[in-house]
Order: sequence, then structure tokens, then C-alpha cells
Amino acid sequence: MTGIFVPEPVVQVRNLGKVYGPFSDETISRTGSSFGSARDAVTGSIVAAWDISFDVQPGEALGIVGESGSGKSTVLRCIAGDVEATTGDIRLANVDEGKVNILDFDASRRRRLRIDQLSVVYQDPAEGLSLGITAGGNIADPLTAAGWRNYSAIRTRAKELLTRTEVPIDRIDDLVRTFSGGMRQRVQIARALANNPGVILLDEPTTGLDASVASGVLDLIRSLLEELNIAAIVVSHDFRVIEMLTERCLVMHHGRIVENTLTDQLLEDPQHPYSQKLIAAART
Amino acid sequence: MTVVSHREPTGVIAALSGSALHDEPAFTVLDEESKREIRRALLHAVCAPGYQVPFGSREMPVARGWGSGGLQITLAIIGSSDTVKVIDQGDDEGVNAVNLRRLVTASTGCEETTEVSEATVVQTRHRIPEDELTSQHTLVLQVPVPEPLRGIERDMRELSRMHAESDYSRMWVSLYEDKVRNGVITQTTGYPCLVNERYVIATTPIPRWDIPRLHNAEFLSLFGAGREKRVYAIPPHTVVEPLTFEDIPFEIEQNENTHCRLCGSNSSFLVQSPSQDDNWSCSDTAWCRARRTK
Repeated sequence: MTGIFVPEPVVQVRNLGKVYGPFSDETISRTGSSFGSARDAVTGSIVAAWDISFDVQPGEALGIVGESGSGKSTVLRCIAGDVEATTGDIRLANVDEGKVNILDFDASRRRRLRIDQLSVVYQDPAEGLSLGITAGGNIADPLTAAGWRNYSAIRTRAKELLTRTEVPIDRIDDLVRTFSGGMRQRVQIARALANNPGVILLDEPTTGLDASVASGVLDLIRSLLEELNIAAIVVSHDFRVIEMLTERCLVMHHGRIVENTLTDQLLEDPQHPYSQKLIAAART
Repeated sequence: MTVVSHREPTGVIAALSGSALHDEPAFTVLDEESKREIRRALLHAVCAPGYQVPFGSREMPVARGWGSGGLQITLAIIGSSDTVKVIDQGDDEGVNAVNLRRLVTASTGCEETTEVSEATVVQTRHRIPEDELTSQHTLVLQVPVPEPLRGIERDMRELSRMHAESDYSRMWVSLYEDKVRNGVITQTTGYPCLVNERYVIATTPIPRWDIPRLHNAEFLSLFGAGREKRVYAIPPHTVVEPLTFEDIPFEIEQNENTHCRLCGSNSSFLVQSPSQDDNWSCSDTAWCRARRTK
């Protein structure tokens, strides 16, 4: 690679694994894409994700696709810290210059990463937002967690973010419960961007929205990713989302990565038989 | 016609009616082991200002919620050489204050007073006396709800995590929401304060008026919640900051146009009594009386 400029990856994931139940080398060898199941028939353990390695470059959006139960959300939640990984190594460029594995952090330090390093946008806005407080209050939460103590500065920042995510400013003081699904998702995105995180994790961000609202939210996410030069990991089973947002993507099947390629290439010329099936199914 | 001869009451009746006062205590409420357990919890509380220390709250001769936490602290720290003052909303003559004071003096043999200058232990419900407290005083506050975050989180494990990690962002969000909805921060009594730049506490329901007096105080404040089985403390010279945004100054109750109808003061905490025209009076009755007799 000498002579070629390779930027430092923002996120570096190595050999990430999550197993529910006891496991051994045999368990691993009895599961996976080639075996046709994530469940070990002998022990009953579920290998939700195994041997997951990838990098995300600055400003890059990486997609993870696969059918339901393929382990893509597990990978995302292991990175976010919602699920404790069984094994692996995850480094963030902005956290101790990428010299430490964030999986070694205790729960408290891990949670603090979520304030200004790693943001998550969940499929269900109720998971990322408090529906009983206002849109502004939901944005105030990560801001105050990061030490903001000036009321008018918080208001200004909240308005700025809501404007950016195309939520009408006059709804800043309305409870999120009164918002439509698409609007809730926009508030969730505004909240996720509050402290300019280096990495944003999007878990099925438009699933559950109707087609026209979903495409509006997708347009917004795409322009934000371009504008903010933020690294993103997008999990979706919807190829439209992956095609629109990502340059590169991983295909997961039964807890393993079966293909890691450019998104265009995957859509035009899928290599792995499972990817071919997946693309063919999406085309019909 | 039978004549019932008048006899001096004995035992508990004697103690409670006051005839055994200042002699050897006729009975005790807490055994020495219980007092030690409470004092250990208090030492822990003083070492970690603002941290709520669990303790084995005992059954008291008053119902939980009627000052049983404050009473246990007072009984654990007081000795026969002490002088106790007990107030209920600033009033020495409130029924509960009188009964608690009698119980404390009768069961410990300590002196009682209504004067701050004579007291060494001041047990209080929802006020701090107007007179300046010094290093000779220990203030014991009765606390109904010791958990400042109770209104925003119900899960005890989550609450202890939030305190452990100093994760008070949701408290700040609740202040933000209050300001958005009402234009001001409406919390009047029991205003949340950050103690020693570490723990947020519920300041019992003392009025905002009393909050600045907890900051860098000369005296030790001990908070006892009997029903919730928690004690916490503010040692002398501890930083106590009411939680508020930088651009929204913390304000205390004050009205230049109101004066105490008895002593004319407007430099004390005034309360309104219903059904009178000129109906403001000092909440601290001993302070008001002293002003009038001067």
C-alpha cells in the first residue's frame, strides 16, 4: 500500500461476535451461512453474529443488508453498546486516537460515548426519544449531558437542528407524542446530531414510514451525511435505502458476512449465492 | 361520693406530660445499638455529601411521614448535655413540634428551648430558623421524599445508576420543560441542589428562601427520611448550588410590599394565613416574637 494515501478509518471493527448461550469452536463451525442456520443444533446456542470485521472511512456511509434475523441489528447494537458483544475489538478514531477497544470500557464510560461520539437512530422513535417531553426537550437531553447550561443557547441549538431536519420550528414546544411517524423520525435525527458525533448508526431509519414520507426522510439523511461529513452505518433490509445512502455494503446471512463490496457492484453483479437471491427478490 | 385522690403520674405518662423532665430519662426510644447504626450511616453521609445512605429505619412512636427520620437522627446524636429546639414550618408550638420535643427531652434528659442561640440541635420540618446558625448547631431536617429524581424516573436501579454516574441530564431536561411550559422554573419548595459539585439532593420542602443558607454554611445539616429509610448530609462549608441555567438566575420568594402583621418585618420568610385582610406573618414565630419584645 506504500505510496497510496489511506485515511484512518473512523470506525474499525475486528472479529466482532455475539453468541447467546454457551459456545465453543464446534458451535461456531456448526453455524453460519454455509451451514444454513445461526442456531447450533447440538447446544441450542444462537450465534447472532460472528467474525464481523470492517472499517468505515471518514464521511463514508456503510450499509449492512440481510434478511430478518441475519444479525445486522445485533452488529449495530454491539457497536452502540445496547448489546454486550461476546468478543471482538471496536476502535473509534476520536476515542483515545483509536488506541483502545471500546468493548473494554465499563458501562458508564461506554454510555458516555453515546453523548457526543456515537449516535443511534432507531427504527422505533419511542426507543430513541421520550415521547412525553417536547421536541426541544429531547434535544436538550444530549446537550445538557454534554454540559450545556445556558437556556437560550440550548433553545438556539434545538431550533437550528429542527430547522436542519425540516421540523416546523413552531412545533418545538409540542410533545413528541403528538408528532406523526415521519416527524418523530426527524426529531430523532435532530437529537442524534445534537453534539456533532463522529459516527451515526441508523437502524432501519425509514421502515414503518409510508413510501412518500420515507423518501423525504431518506433525502434528508443523505444530504446530512454529505454536508456533515459524518461516518454512518446504515442497517436495512430495504435495498432502496442502501442504494440511496451507502457507497459500500456488507451482506449478512445467518450471523456472518457473506459479501463486502461496493453497493453499485452488489446491485449489478452480486457474487455470493445468497446475495444473488436477495437482489433477485428485491427486483421482483 | 368517692373522692379520687390526685396522684403524680408515673412512667411514660409522666415522661410525656413533662413532670419527669430534666431528671434521669424515664425511658428510651432507641437502644444504643440502633443509635450506633444510625450514627454510622450519618458518618457515611457526611463523608459523601449529598449521597443518600440507606439505614435501618426503626419503628418510632410517631407515624412514618410525621418526622420519624428526623427524630431518629436527633435521638442518635443528642445527649443529656444538649439543648434541643424543634420547629414545624418555623413554629415551635405546632402540635407535632411540641410532641417531638417532649419525646426527645423526656427520653434523653436534654434541655429544650425555642431560642436558636441556646440550642445545639435544631430539628425542623420544612424551614431553617431565621436566626443565624453557627458551628454550635446541628440542623436535623425531616424529609418526606429524599429522592430528587423520583419525579422523572421510577426504577430504583436506574436512579442509583444516574446518581453514581452523575448523570443528571434528565433533571436538566425537566427544568428546561418547566421553563418552556410555564415561562419560569416553577419548583418552589424542595428545590433541587447540587452538593459539593457531585450529588443532586432534594432539599426537603424548605422554601427557596432557605436554599442560599445551605451554601457554605457554618453548621452541619443532617437529612432523615424515616419512611424511605435514607439519610444524607451537608457538612459545614460545603458548596450547595441550586440547579438553574446560567441565563436564568435562581430567585427566592420576596415581595417588597408584604410585611409581617405582627412585627412588620419584610426581611424574613413570610407566610399567608387565610381569612385575614392583612394576613402575612413571619413563618419563624420565635424570631418574630423576639423582634416584638426587643
